[in-house]
Amino acid sequence: MKAEHNQTALLQGLARNDKKAIDTIYKENFNLIQALIINNNGSTEDAKDVFQEAMIVLYQKVQSGSFELNCQIKTFVYSVCRRLWLKRLMQQSRYSLHENTDDLVIVDDDMEDHAKRDTEFKMMEKAMGGLGEPCRSLLEAFYMQKKNMQEIAGSFGYTNAENAKTQKYKCLVRLKKLFFTQYKNESL
Amino acid sequence: MEDLQILEAVERYIGGEMNPNERVYFEALRKSNPEIDQAVVEHTFFLQQIARFEDTRQFKNILDETHIHLAEKGLIQSPKLKGGAKVVYLFNRYKRTAAIAASVAGIMALSISAMVWSFSPGKNTTQDVQLLNSKINNLEVQNKKQDKEITTVINHIKRTDAPPDIKYTTGGTGFLVDAKGYLVTNAHVIEGATYVAVQNASGKDFKASIVWVDAKRDIAILKIIDTAFKTLSSIPYAIKKSGTDIAEPVFSLGFPRSDFDIVYGEGYLSAKTGYNGDTLAVQISIDANRGNSGSPIINRKGEVIAVLSSKQTSLDGAVFAIQSKYIYDALSQLQKSDTTFRNIRLPVTSSIKGIDRTKQVQKITDFVYMVKVN
Repeated sequence: MKAEHNQTALLQGLARNDKKAIDTIYKENFNLIQALIINNNGSTEDAKDVFQEAMIVLYQKVQSGSFELNCQIKTFVYSVCRRLWLKRLMQQSRYSLHENTDDLVIVDDDMEDHAKRDTEFKMMEKAMGGLGEPCRSLLEAFYMQKKNMQEIAGSFGYTNAENAKTQKYKCLVRLKKLFFTQYKNESL
Repeated sequence: MEDLQILEAVERYIGGEMNPNERVYFEALRKSNPEIDQAVVEHTFFLQQIARFEDTRQFKNILDETHIHLAEKGLIQSPKLKGGAKVVYLFNRYKRTAAIAASVAGIMALSISAMVWSFSPGKNTTQDVQLLNSKINNLEVQNKKQDKEITTVINHIKRTDAPPDIKYTTGGTGFLVDAKGYLVTNAHVIEGATYVAVQNASGKDFKASIVWVDAKRDIAILKIIDTAFKTLSSIPYAIKKSGTDIAEPVFSLGFPRSDFDIVYGEGYLSAKTGYNGDTLAVQISIDANRGNSGSPIINRKGEVIAVLSSKQTSLDGAVFAIQSKYIYDALSQLQKSDTTFRNIRLPVTSSIKGIDRTKQVQKITDFVYMVKVN
């Protein structure tokens, strides 16, 4: 009972970006995953990548408001990592895993969600990358750092907020175009 | 222009920034005009995409920070494998390659012995072997000759090309390789110096002495001998031992300006060799000026991959840098010649891997010095 309660608290912490919760989950699960990856032709670097991707899967899952995993965090993370690593091995045309656990859950839906989210993340990253300066910084300042137009005009050197705003919309149109071109190609 | 106005209206509508009248008007417009309606739907989706992107990006940063933090405290096993685990890992990784290599070697050995057998006319085997021996000797002699030629070519390059590019006596940049006060810079920066001082990014001067010069490789090691200097916390970047990739993005920090301000530059590795194929160096495409000599060239993982040394006058932005592995060489030679330097340890792990560039630079700034020569 207590362990269950603990797990929900951890997941709730994760959902609100609580560093302590992230720390705990990381600490309690990383070594196991690293062992899995290294025993299966991976490097420490691969282990870090795969583990962090699984953390993102878990994060996105709890972000949607569901704190019920129906299994231990460890089992979930392991199952996700296993799938992620199998996928990478598949790309290098190797298929089987050497592992000594049968504590697995089905994570198909989560993997599907994640694959979509990951594609979207990469598309946005690419769109942002293709934008060039000062457009990128301007949009980041407004949409991500949530600065107001007055501040932005000041720090970018626009004479007034109105000019900065016009520029921001022009940049936004370009970003949307870059993003949606990829998005449409992807959906086809 | 009209598009921008629609976009602005849509964004204000989604953000709830419209006054009630405007809102009613806009909603009516939305109902009657499918294009506007689509614009609202699309933009809502797009804003959600931006928000998710930023959220994931921040979460990734937190994960990287957590990883570094836990690894530093030894709470997770990282970043290096030790002992058995590494052997198992290497074995697993290379067993296929090793097996292929072994069978290829076997086939080679068989076919070579077959050849030797079929080509040797019976009893003259010893003579053949001797012949081969002398051939090997010949090859060695040739090799040495080529080595010599290479050295002359390198020296030639240095003599003819470097001087017009670099001012030798006005100083350059150096960076700490041991927090106890050991810095690396270019040998040409301190050439002919009687007095060397280094100055940190906040403008503080420290006396330094030259402890090692390798003019051929253009690397020098300095030691800060000023009593005012306090040993710094551990060095955030690592010195890379080997392996760089073309197109790898890199940045540098240095003091190319006369106003003593530290300057940041960004570029990429453009070739794995230096001027005319010089294997000591790599070519980097970055903006550099006099005074940048000795600047660390750092990759995005926070590893120093090279030391900036010279620039090709005929080509803008082509800069040559000495590969960082020669820092290890220089240090081991120094330690061989003088055991008092035995306790110098080059940083092998970077603690700024995975954090954003601005933070990386903030952490590195304190470890980069201007080298002044008198």
